[in-house]
Amino acid sequence: MSLSLLSSILIDGIAYAMILFMITVGLSMTMGLMRVVNLAHGAFAMLGGFFAATIPQRLGVPAWLGFLLAIALVGLVALLFERILLRRFYGRDDLDQMLVTIGLMFLATAAVNLMFGSTVTSVALPELFNGTVDLGFRSIPRHRLIVVGCGLVVVCVLWLTVDRSSFGIRVRAAVDNAPIARAIGIDTTKIYAATFVMGAALAALGGIAGAELLPMESTYASKYLVILLAVVAVGGNGNLFGSFFAALLLGIVETSMKYMVPQLASAAFFLTMIIVLLVRPQGLFGRHA
Amino acid sequence: MNTVTAPRAVPAPSRARPWMQLRGELVLLLVGLLAFVLFPHDLGLLTNMATMSIFALSLSLVLGQAGIATLGQAALYGSGAYVAGWTALYLTADPIAGLLLGGLGGGVIAVLSGAVMLRSTKLTLVMLTIAVAQLLLELANWARWLTGGDDGLAGFNIAPLFGIWEFSFLSYTGYFYALGALVLVYFLLRNVVESPFGLTAKAIRQDPGRVQALGGRVYLHLLAVYTVGGIVAGLAGALTAQTSKVANLFMLDFSTSAGVVVMIVLGGTRRLSGAVLGTVAYMTIHHIASTLNPYHWLFIIGSMLIVVLIVLPEGLIGLFDRAVAYARQPRRSGVAR
Repeated sequence: MSLSLLSSILIDGIAYAMILFMITVGLSMTMGLMRVVNLAHGAFAMLGGFFAATIPQRLGVPAWLGFLLAIALVGLVALLFERILLRRFYGRDDLDQMLVTIGLMFLATAAVNLMFGSTVTSVALPELFNGTVDLGFRSIPRHRLIVVGCGLVVVCVLWLTVDRSSFGIRVRAAVDNAPIARAIGIDTTKIYAATFVMGAALAALGGIAGAELLPMESTYASKYLVILLAVVAVGGNGNLFGSFFAALLLGIVETSMKYMVPQLASAAFFLTMIIVLLVRPQGLFGRHA
Repeated sequence: MNTVTAPRAVPAPSRARPWMQLRGELVLLLVGLLAFVLFPHDLGLLTNMATMSIFALSLSLVLGQAGIATLGQAALYGSGAYVAGWTALYLTADPIAGLLLGGLGGGVIAVLSGAVMLRSTKLTLVMLTIAVAQLLLELANWARWLTGGDDGLAGFNIAPLFGIWEFSFLSYTGYFYALGALVLVYFLLRNVVESPFGLTAKAIRQDPGRVQALGGRVYLHLLAVYTVGGIVAGLAGALTAQTSKVANLFMLDFSTSAGVVVMIVLGGTRRLSGAVLGTVAYMTIHHIASTLNPYHWLFIIGSMLIVVLIVLPEGLIGLFDRAVAYARQPRRSGVAR
């Protein structure tokens, strides 16, 4: 294997992994915290991408402000969804939770199709993302570097929030034992809502940043659903670094197969997942339930 | 899945009226014949409804009775379809042989994949079932010389049923073949569900730990249930391939697995009749809505799913049960007086 092939695999693989991480970390958190499998999570990334594609033009604001607005809007949608619908399903059967969120994914797909059409919509990125950076031995698209940077910032900020802030302490208490956390006066309802909104906003960020690799179309949510779930299952739910390393593992496996044996890239992805889950059913970093 | 349902009084089988035991099968047969008379121009749709009902029945056993959370039932269905296609292409054109081999194919895939998957539970299990189906899909896509890849496996001929009735475009044979298979599968599965084997599966759904403590072998039992489900799903796939004369990648697709779960949830997961009712309801709505616009269809099915889960957790069959209970109430109070 030549050095340039290896470096291409690593750059694209890591960028892809960071996108997967940003989108899935919220899903993993809600699963660890509320024990809800939210199959509509990909829809938040999709909404983020579509809002980011339209808001800057419609409102005539700079791209970065449009992106922030898009992310905030997705957070609002997520808040409404959690408060109105999802909270009724805490404590219900896993299957009921999956189905109600699948129903929501269908609605989101239909709504996006109605508003934006069924063709692939490209997200216009600011100037900053274009061009390449010369590293001496090879040049890297600037987009990839920014995506990787974004992913690393997200993992650091999240780690600090969960590990160091008082909010993080309460989140961890609710993950470990929700009834006891409530009994000592932690408002788990607020924590659930805040975490859910945060996860959705991160998914929107991932959707926008990754629109070049995972293009925005109305079937986005269902098309990438299985991949997102795979990352969460491999990482172990509710674990920040689990999601991070699972995204890296699966992202690099799939990207390297795409460079070498493209027909079997997805097969290799799922085979990796099956092997990990057979060896560690609770995921790479998951704890026994 | 830990809710313990209140014991429902199961009426003892009455010797005086043996047809009462077969009333599900009789109703199914009569409705099938009635549909044939009323909608002679939609035979293709009706045939699909019958084959999908068999597929939904397989999931109703696996998920509704035994509580095996799966979003990969298409793996078993698609395998049955391809095996039936290969049988017709390379072995024999006899429909019954293809059907049985298709069932066998589904069963073999179920026993192999179930053996590695069924020790896990919850999300891990769901993900493994999805992964197995996706893996088969990718392999089928890759092995073009065997499966035809994107174009599907077509160009096989099915010999006349029992050597008498020809399968041809818009023929009655396909419909009655599928309907007959549906009634037979329903009868067999109902007996499985009511047998000690089926009751044990139900007990495992409600509390696997207790079944284990009582000396039940949970893993082996679930594997057996999953295999039976695989055989039935394989039969359904084989029937679909034979009546539509094609086996394609869509039959292994995730959306096929998700669709059949939606069907049984609409109808009601706890009863076999719910699976048939849900399939018929789903496909009728699909038929009407998708002629308007495929995305309106998603609106309708999405909102139906949410509404059913919130107001009618036991599915459409629950509406029917409530109506029956309501109708019986005055009579019962009359007896009390």
